[in-house]
Amino acid sequence: MREIKYVEAVNEALMEEMENDTGVFIIGEEVSCAGGAFRATEGLFEKFGPERVRDAPISESGFTGLAVGAAMAGLRPVAEIMYLDFITTAMDQVINQAAKVSFMSGNRIKAPLVIRAPYGIGTREAAQHSQSLEAWFAHTPGLKVVMPSTPYDAKGLLKTSIRDDSPVIFLENRILYFKKGPVPREEYLIPLGQADIKRKGKDITVVALSNMVPKALEAAGMLSEEIEMEVIDPRTLVPLDIETIAGSLKKTGRLLVLHEAPERCGFGAEIVRQVSEQAFDYLDAPPKVLGGLNVPIPFSPVLEDACVPSAEDVADAVKKIIPR
Amino acid sequence: MKKETMPEALRIMYRIRLFEEHAKKMHKENLLAGNFMGALHTYIGEEAIAAGVSMLLNKDDYVFSTHRGHGHFIAKGGSIKKMLAELMGKEAGCSSGRGGSMHLFDTEINFMGGNGIVGAGLPLATGAAYRAKYLKTKQVSVCYFGDGAASQGTFHESLNLASLWKLPVIFVCENNCYAVNTPVSETICIKDVAQRASGYGMPGEAVDGNSLSDVYTAAEKAVARARDGAGPSLLECKTYRIDPHCMVAGDMRKKEEIDKWKERDPIKLSEKWILNEGIAGPDDLRKIREEVAEEIKEAEQFALSAPLPDRKKFREEAMDIDGSKGALK
Repeated sequence: MREIKYVEAVNEALMEEMENDTGVFIIGEEVSCAGGAFRATEGLFEKFGPERVRDAPISESGFTGLAVGAAMAGLRPVAEIMYLDFITTAMDQVINQAAKVSFMSGNRIKAPLVIRAPYGIGTREAAQHSQSLEAWFAHTPGLKVVMPSTPYDAKGLLKTSIRDDSPVIFLENRILYFKKGPVPREEYLIPLGQADIKRKGKDITVVALSNMVPKALEAAGMLSEEIEMEVIDPRTLVPLDIETIAGSLKKTGRLLVLHEAPERCGFGAEIVRQVSEQAFDYLDAPPKVLGGLNVPIPFSPVLEDACVPSAEDVADAVKKIIPR
Repeated sequence: MKKETMPEALRIMYRIRLFEEHAKKMHKENLLAGNFMGALHTYIGEEAIAAGVSMLLNKDDYVFSTHRGHGHFIAKGGSIKKMLAELMGKEAGCSSGRGGSMHLFDTEINFMGGNGIVGAGLPLATGAAYRAKYLKTKQVSVCYFGDGAASQGTFHESLNLASLWKLPVIFVCENNCYAVNTPVSETICIKDVAQRASGYGMPGEAVDGNSLSDVYTAAEKAVARARDGAGPSLLECKTYRIDPHCMVAGDMRKKEEIDKWKERDPIKLSEKWILNEGIAGPDDLRKIREEVAEEIKEAEQFALSAPLPDRKKFREEAMDIDGSKGALK
């Protein structure tokens, strides 16, 4: 199978859905000729023109709200927030408007929009360009939250997200953007709420979000002679496929959850809560979350790298959970 | 404004006024939201704005409303029965009891909801206008907001976007002199909100919001401009809220000021105009008023007898609102 970059997979999903449905349009900063800050929308303006690939001024609240209103009126906008961090200036439109309008209207109005946002730590851009904010959105009823870790998942999940009738927060990891992976040429969709087992194993269940998936797989390779790690990528936080995680725990009895967002009130806490409440009997050891430090992201590369777990940190955590 | 349409506009104003007087009474009697007070923001004194603007709108034109939205809803043609049921938290309400007074919806007439966040409706209305232009439907999108919202970032961002892309929006600022208790002189650095339009390259006009014909005449230009594809307009209607901000809020305004504005009651002004012009006689107006009163009575009966939402069913529905699989087997 051919291999393409994650960002190219995003681009293909947008291209295909815009071809499929004339109601799909893109709005964001420099999404047209520039192709977006990371080239995710490259080539779309040339193909679909300015009405469907709309460059917005630096007005996140205005253009995100415009996208919500257009969705309420029946279009399927895809809004790009250049860096997830910038969504703070549009939070009213995301939290009070998009997330709630369907519910508050007694399901009379839908808001089928996707907000795509590149995000994540590791690009030396300091505290306001590096955050992992997924837990904020997962905590808000009415939003779906998707964070793929591979080009294949990014394409299939973005296509499904665009077709979904709920507002979807689609988080694209900037470190993963330029990694390649197999993506079929034929059209496919991946349902929201379906985890993927990235590596099979019997000794411990490691649930990893986004960029922690490759690090978990690296750790699994490092430990493979002594420990068989099962690596699960939930792919979507809302809806969450807790059944696949619990099914794995039935076999392994041990849980480690990995994310780059700070540990405190992170999504790992939610996974551990659900497992503790619903699958306690499967656990042979206390569940563990390994996440980022509870600090703003520093600039200095040596400090930045110290903020999130590395593959070595994952391997160490696994070894601590499994008694020798 | 055509003379013969005047009584029709007055009927809208009566419907708003009588509905709200009745809703206030029910609120005082704790009939609206159980034993809790709930929110009730009345439009009394501002009726000419929604009536004047709505006379120009088609059924499929969009309206985005505010926390003070009963008048906008009625003027657009929303069902009084369903609105009263909504205020009582009933399943038969226009938002199935999920929205309440601040979140009225009716998709049949493209009434796209009130809003509890001041200024939040402007980008939404701009988005609906984006769709109208995108699909070349000739619909227009009306956004009502108050003087308070004119200091929100969304006001400035939305006016810029709408003008930049020539979107068919009519931004209707209902300047009722106060944001809760803060006078507009303390929040806005220029005389008229309408002046801000020039900074965004669109026409801006300030009119007497208590004059039905003035509102109508100004709105007519703005709607025509939007329908012709020439872009948005900002229309500022100077008015006054006779009641406090809401039924549970204190009021710091002077009684003399309120009394002065009561003399310029938009309904009284319209009645006087209609009678002076000989468009209708006192008996005709009385008849309209009686018909409206009857309608409100029927709405109350409907709302009182409608069942409350089912708690158990709601809890079950809420379990899978986001599609997450439920508890493990």
